[in-house]
Amino acid sequence: MMQPLKLVLKQPLSPRVTRFRLEHPEGAPLPVFSGGAHVMVQMQDGPVLRRNAYSLISDPQDRSGYEIAVQREDAGRGGSLWMHRQAQPGMILDVGAPVNLFALDRTARKHLMIAGGIGITPFLAHLHELVRGDAAWDLHLAWRSRADLPDMALPARAHLHLGDEGTRMDVPKVLSGQPLGTHLYVCGSARMIAAVLDTAQGLGWPPETLHAEEFLAPAPGAPFQVHCATSDRHVHVGAQESLLEALEREGIDAPWLCRGGACGQCETRVLACDGTVDHRDHFLAPDERADRIMPCVSRFRGTLLTLDR
Amino acid sequence: MTPAPANRIPSHPTYAPLQPRPGHAALMIADAGGAVALAQLLAQAPDLRATARILLVAADVPPDLPAVTPVPGTEALEAAIAGALQGARMGLQAYLAGSQGLIGQAQALLLAQGMAPGAIQMQQCGGPARRMQCVHCKTIAPDVVIDPYRCPGCGRWLYVRDHFSRRLGAFQGVCIDAETPGLVPEPTEIAP
Repeated sequence: MMQPLKLVLKQPLSPRVTRFRLEHPEGAPLPVFSGGAHVMVQMQDGPVLRRNAYSLISDPQDRSGYEIAVQREDAGRGGSLWMHRQAQPGMILDVGAPVNLFALDRTARKHLMIAGGIGITPFLAHLHELVRGDAAWDLHLAWRSRADLPDMALPARAHLHLGDEGTRMDVPKVLSGQPLGTHLYVCGSARMIAAVLDTAQGLGWPPETLHAEEFLAPAPGAPFQVHCATSDRHVHVGAQESLLEALEREGIDAPWLCRGGACGQCETRVLACDGTVDHRDHFLAPDERADRIMPCVSRFRGTLLTLDR
Repeated sequence: MTPAPANRIPSHPTYAPLQPRPGHAALMIADAGGAVALAQLLAQAPDLRATARILLVAADVPPDLPAVTPVPGTEALEAAIAGALQGARMGLQAYLAGSQGLIGQAQALLLAQGMAPGAIQMQQCGGPARRMQCVHCKTIAPDVVIDPYRCPGCGRWLYVRDHFSRRLGAFQGVCIDAETPGLVPEPTEIAP
C-alpha cells in the first residue's frame, strides 16, 4: 500500500505553507490520479509513527511526481512540524497510493469551488484539469491576509477574499447567482464548511449538488482502555494518540484509508460498551453510532469498550 | 397516496405528495388532473404564490392558480420548459403533478436542462397508466394500462417492467414471449 518516494523539492510558498515534491527514486512514472485525491505520508517522528493525509496539488496527468502543500500547525500533533523541520530533499518517504474522496461530479454543468485557507489544496489539482476542459467553473478563496497568502499561481479569474483587505466572501451572494446545473465543492475548516453548506441548503440547493472535504486531525483526549475481542488483547490509548494508532502500535489488524473520519474504511463494530463513545467522524449515520466506531478519530470515556478487532 | 413499496427497484421514480421547499423560485408543471395537487400545495404554502410560475397542460385553467402559462399539449412542453428556465439559477424548485406520462416527460426535460434530480418533486395524479418504451423498436406508448401490452410500433407483446429511464421519462417494455414464442399471458390491469 505504501511506496517509497524521494523528496526532491522543499519550497516555502508563504511563512506557514511549504510545497513538497515527491518522485520515484529511480525516476519511474507514478500512477495518474484525479483531482481531489490525497496521499497518506508516513513519518517516523522519533518513536512515533505518523501518517498524515495531504491533498495532491500537482497536475493529475503529470506522472513524473506528486506535489503536496503543507501548512505548519504549531499547535497540531506534530506531523506538519515534522514536514517543515525534519523532511529534507533527498530523503525517502513512505507514501500511500492516491485516494480520491473529493472528485468533481462530471455531470455538473458548472463547478463552484469555495476554499478557506489551506483548504485550497484539492482545488489546485482540479484547476489543472478544469483549465484544460470546457466545463464552467468559479473559484473563491478566503485567506486571512495577503502577506500569508501562498504563492500558488492561481488563475487570474479566481476570486480572492482577503480578511485584511476587507474583501470577505459574501456566501449568500455567491450562491444566489449560480446557473442551473452547478455543483458546489467546499474545503476548509469545519465551521466554514458547515456555514457554506447550511447557506446552500437554505437557498434550496439539493443534497446531491453539495460536496465537502475536511480532514480531521485526531484530536487528543483523556487516555482510555479498549478490549479487542478477536485478538483477545487489552490496549491502552494514550492522550496524544488515536485509537487507530494504538491498535497499529500493538500490531492489531485495522484497516484504514483517510485517517480523518471521512471515508469509512476503518469502521469497527462495538461489541460491548459501558460508557460513552465520543464520535468525532463525518461518516457514521446517527443510528449507526449505536454499535460502531471510527477508530481513526473517535475516542471513549467509560469503564469498558469491546471492539471486534 | 400510499408510500412506494420498499422492494421497488432503484430506478423506479418516487412519487409523493408535493411539499414546499426553500428556494427563490418555483416552476410548477401539471395537467388537468394535477392542478388540484398544485392548488393544495399553494394553499399549504401561500408564500410560493409570489414566485411560482405554472405550466399547465390542460384545456381549462382553474381560476385559483397564479401565473399560469397554458401549454397546448405535451409536444409543446419542451419549448415551454426551455422558455421558463431562461436564466434560471440554483435554488429553483420544480413541482410536477399529473399523469405518470406527463411528470415523466417533464422530469426528463428538466434534467436535460441541467436541473438536479433532488430539486424536482413529483406527485402522480389520476390512474396508474404508464408511459412505456419498447426496448426493441424504441416506440413510445403513452398511456399503457395493461400488462403485457402490444407495442404499437413492432407489434411485440411487451412485459411492463418497473425499470424506469429518467432520460426518456418512460418505463421499459420487454418482449414477454421471446423464449416461448406465442405464449403470451392474459393481459391484466396495471396496479397503481
